[in-house]
Amino acid sequence: MSELAPAFMRRGPLRLWRSDFVYSFRTSPVAVVSALVCVLFVAGALLAPWVAPTNPYDLKTLDLMDSRLPPAWMAGGDPRYLLGTDNQGAGVLSSILFGARVSLLVGFASVFLSMVMGVALGLVSGYFGGHIDAIIMRIADVQLTFPAILVALLLGGIADAALPEHTRASVSLLVLVVAIGISNWVQFARTVRGSTMVQINREYVLAARILGLSDLRIIARHVLPNIMGPVLVIATIGLAFAVITEATLSFLGVGVPITEPSLGMLIRFGYDYLFSGEWWVVVFPSGALVLLALAVNLLGDWFRDTLDPNVQ
Amino acid sequence: MLAHIVRRLFQGLIVMLAVGLVSFSLVSFVGDPVASLLGLDTPQSAREQLKEELGLNDPFVVQYGAFLLRAAQGDFGLSYTSSRPVIEVIAERLPATIELTLVSALLAIVVAIPMGVYTALHRHTWGARLLLILSLVGVSLPTFVIGIMLILVFSVSLGWLPSFGRGELVQLGWWSTGLASASGWKSILMPAASLALVQMTFTMRLIRSEMLEVLRTDYIRFARARGLPDRAVHFQHALKNTLVPVVTVIGLQVGTLLAFAIVTETVFQWPGMGLLFIQSVSTVDVPVMTAFLMVVGFAFVVVNLTVDLLYLAIDPRIRIAE
Repeated sequence: MSELAPAFMRRGPLRLWRSDFVYSFRTSPVAVVSALVCVLFVAGALLAPWVAPTNPYDLKTLDLMDSRLPPAWMAGGDPRYLLGTDNQGAGVLSSILFGARVSLLVGFASVFLSMVMGVALGLVSGYFGGHIDAIIMRIADVQLTFPAILVALLLGGIADAALPEHTRASVSLLVLVVAIGISNWVQFARTVRGSTMVQINREYVLAARILGLSDLRIIARHVLPNIMGPVLVIATIGLAFAVITEATLSFLGVGVPITEPSLGMLIRFGYDYLFSGEWWVVVFPSGALVLLALAVNLLGDWFRDTLDPNVQ
Repeated sequence: MLAHIVRRLFQGLIVMLAVGLVSFSLVSFVGDPVASLLGLDTPQSAREQLKEELGLNDPFVVQYGAFLLRAAQGDFGLSYTSSRPVIEVIAERLPATIELTLVSALLAIVVAIPMGVYTALHRHTWGARLLLILSLVGVSLPTFVIGIMLILVFSVSLGWLPSFGRGELVQLGWWSTGLASASGWKSILMPAASLALVQMTFTMRLIRSEMLEVLRTDYIRFARARGLPDRAVHFQHALKNTLVPVVTVIGLQVGTLLAFAIVTETVFQWPGMGLLFIQSVSTVDVPVMTAFLMVVGFAFVVVNLTVDLLYLAIDPRIRIAE
């Protein structure tokens, strides 16, 4: 093995570079640009405390003298605040970086939750069939008659009303993740169920059964790895949906707490000052949100075209 | 056919029971009616007595049944904030939401059909490609961002259109309409446009793909072979057959429309049911929230059922498959 390892490592990156997947990525400008935008957003969000010019959460550093400054290139702008400041004196650019952190955190966490729920239920449904399958799919049907954004809104609103005042702020991020996560599991479950039903008739599953492996082991080790392609596509598009839903809920006031503003919450702050002429407070966070959602959607579209053999 | 209808009715009933269960749990877990009715110094025995009288000691199923019975009669109690019957508060807000959704649906159809037909017929032109890219941008644009940008341009910068409210209202019996005055039309323009954009992108893509499919069929080829002019082939043969599924899907979109109406109404402070719901969430007005849930759930079930039956009536292939 030790003799093989270096050879494999020498060949590895090159093989990866020449593979169909990477080739079609390299040659699609839309995919490269949107992936770049996504990476920038994730990096900016992760590194916000270090790369952001100022810290909008640290009230000590905020100076009311700096409030309502226009973007740096306009008359009266301050070079320290590239995209201007809000009425508290917090830099808009820094707020966007910190806001993207919250948006992406909620987005990734809720997509992960829908994925775990949907994949597990879809696998069980497709593998066992019968009554379990019927029950799970009926629930999915009923939920599908309501648009996902409405389900998330209702769940978030109900949880907000049901929770006592003092616990609300501390768990509201969790509530949001659960509400958005639950609203979006059906897509995963349906797709996984379909592909599982195809896979269980394949010979390798039959072989595993003959070997006497347990159902759990067959599902987890043999079926699951073979159905992950479409799941990744749905997860990517689901991320765009989750980010937009989170922003919408936060805008409506049933989302993140005021102390940790996401992009949607920033837009809500800006909305309150629409008529004061400080357009930069609302336009830049909106632009950031749309850019993020568009990049993720484009990437998801490209994923689908590349991974789905039906389209080619 | 009959079995299909019965099955659908049954499914609708289950949906309503589930929605009712969510609403009922909301009523029973949020707040304590005994504490809100009696003072702090009331003895425990009086509390127990009131609890018994209100039926709070009954089994869950009995309480749930009583709740459903009252809801079916339109009795949702009094709103906490306005102390008026909830059903009255909702009925007052209904016209605003219905006018908004209807105008936006019409707007979406009128714009989306020509765009869909154009992108299907001239598939490889720059115009068609541009429209397709724009539709993807439209999908990524959250409704409230569209609304805010419209306000920023047309109310703040240009000062052409009002940014909130319904304008001057005319009372027709219990129905208050904003569509009878110029200021009403000016007010509905931006909310309807931002709500329409959601469906526009979707409808355009749907019409395009349906149209492309129909254009490949034999009867279109035959119509061309008969030497019919392009206009007749495209509009009298192709578009007509495209519209069957499109009409039903647009019907199903009513649900999405209601959901996004909540957002649009908040942005434009449009005094409809969606704004009422958001206000009731922030003031924890539980009776209004439950009533909203039930009304929206009911609207969904009715629309889905109607669309389903419409489908059966329009497309004979489904009846044969049954």
